[in-house]
Amino acid sequence: MSKRVLEILKSRFGADIYETHSQFGDDTAVVNPEKWLEIAKFLRDDPQCAMNMFVDLTAVDWLGRQTPRFEVVLHLHSFERNHRIRLKARIGDDDANGVEIDSLVSVWIGANWFERECFDMFGVHFKGHPDLRRILMYPEFVGYPLRKDYPADKIQPLVELRNVPDKLPPFGLDEGMPFGRQTHDYPRGEETN
Amino acid sequence: MEPLDRDLEEGLLELPSEPMMLNMGPSHPAMHGTVRIVLELSGEMIQKADVQIGYLHRGFEKMCERGTWTQIFPYVDRCNYVSPMLNNVGFALAVEKMLGVTVPERCQYYRVVLGELARLCDHMICSGAMCMELGAFTPFLYFARAREIIWDIFEEETGARVTHSFGRVGGMANPPTKYFKDMVRAGVPRVLQLISEGEKLLLKNRIFLDRLENVGVMSKEDALALGWTGVVLRASGVPYDVRRAHPYLVYDRMEFDVPVGTTGDNYDRFMCRQEEIRQTARIIEQALDQMPDEGPINIDDPRIVLPPKQEVYTTIEATIQHFKIVMEGIKVPAGECYSYTEAGNGELGFYMVSDGGGTPYRVRIRPPCFATTQGLEQLITGLMIPDVVPTFGSLNMIGGECDH
Repeated sequence: MSKRVLEILKSRFGADIYETHSQFGDDTAVVNPEKWLEIAKFLRDDPQCAMNMFVDLTAVDWLGRQTPRFEVVLHLHSFERNHRIRLKARIGDDDANGVEIDSLVSVWIGANWFERECFDMFGVHFKGHPDLRRILMYPEFVGYPLRKDYPADKIQPLVELRNVPDKLPPFGLDEGMPFGRQTHDYPRGEETN
Repeated sequence: MEPLDRDLEEGLLELPSEPMMLNMGPSHPAMHGTVRIVLELSGEMIQKADVQIGYLHRGFEKMCERGTWTQIFPYVDRCNYVSPMLNNVGFALAVEKMLGVTVPERCQYYRVVLGELARLCDHMICSGAMCMELGAFTPFLYFARAREIIWDIFEEETGARVTHSFGRVGGMANPPTKYFKDMVRAGVPRVLQLISEGEKLLLKNRIFLDRLENVGVMSKEDALALGWTGVVLRASGVPYDVRRAHPYLVYDRMEFDVPVGTTGDNYDRFMCRQEEIRQTARIIEQALDQMPDEGPINIDDPRIVLPPKQEVYTTIEATIQHFKIVMEGIKVPAGECYSYTEAGNGELGFYMVSDGGGTPYRVRIRPPCFATTQGLEQLITGLMIPDVVPTFGSLNMIGGECDH
């Protein structure tokens, strides 16, 4: 971790860096969510920061404890300079309105799946993400499991036979289904045309 | 007879075709883990790939919010189930970073040796499974036999063969057994011998090499931007090893080389892994020589470490102490930290938020193969279907860890 990066950030962005701390030796900057993408680009391109390695992106739900409810947390590492930094941005209110932030896929391609996971688990919407789908949960899943108001023992409704041709469909309707779930009420051969 | 290579125009040979969709997985005999790859094919050429994970998701992070800090150890075991000891050590180090404690020297060496043994396991299974998926079954048996030796050591030490749950905050569950050093010293050379024998069957095999060389090439810059770590990153030519860059435990006292590849293809990933097995054996040897025979394993802090079982049964103070730790959990200071170690397939990170209680407010695992698997799409686009098998095999994707 590097305190120097924090100094550079503070001098470059001034009031957009809300808060910095170095708890347990990890240097952290809480930034303005509006400037999220700009700061990320700066960190990658500035030769003194050179954060070329994307490490991790996640979120923390502070329901009932902080007013902007969600914290999007980004970890970066510079291979050349061998230092790390953590960026945080606070977004959203208690009813989970306005939970959106810029996507970083244009800066590091590695952000793709991490942002999809964050969307899947917390419902954080990433503006400009090329392919924002659920990744760990199935598409029919209701709710966002890692939010604090999602009960851990909640039971999800049974999923209907998937009829929607989602992004890339499998074969015919009943192919690959167990015999018990196969339906033969459509004429065979029609699907192949 | 008519010559076979008739000079035909391409347009006459190529049939007009529309892309064909092919599902590979979720459970495919030639891939480890449950991953579905939806391929868009033109002939046998992959034009587009959509890698879908999540089939093994068990809500690791949600589960962690429900128990105490120490109850997470069995969960981390089941993340990377090929080398659970490295996950154990990684998580213990993360909590110790927040508590601000350092385990005694003997425990540090003990963790290094156990962790490196687990790394041997991880690399062997990955290399072995990759060969097996390519049809070379015999080398897999050699590697599996070698892993058996290590599991025997783990069984003697921890009582369990695969999921040990052996790590503890502030130490280890048990001190090393009396014959620990002898067992490891006898086992590791045998492991290396088996690996060399298995390698001999592969590395002069033209078919094996042809399927690995120049297949699935990843550039240095892309690997970094994708967040790749571990062997796959080093095979692309970046000499980044957490044990070197940010030494934890006693890695700064160890002498070892970081094997680096040149092209970043499947062959490089395979060879880096094989070389790392030998380097790991070097580390084990040095750690065993330096490890003290006497001394405490756990730190001396009744707020963190459970009292000895004998005292729990005989004194009321120890009973109360035991009860407090088990029921309320260790009180970890409020704040957040990110702790990272070098696991079997890369940088295993734990980002943890504590509100000062005995239960974590949030535990985030950064699984190395999650980042690795997202590069698969880029790797296999433009290749043929049979190339998916060795490419996927060389990434060392572990389902339990990728899907946490």
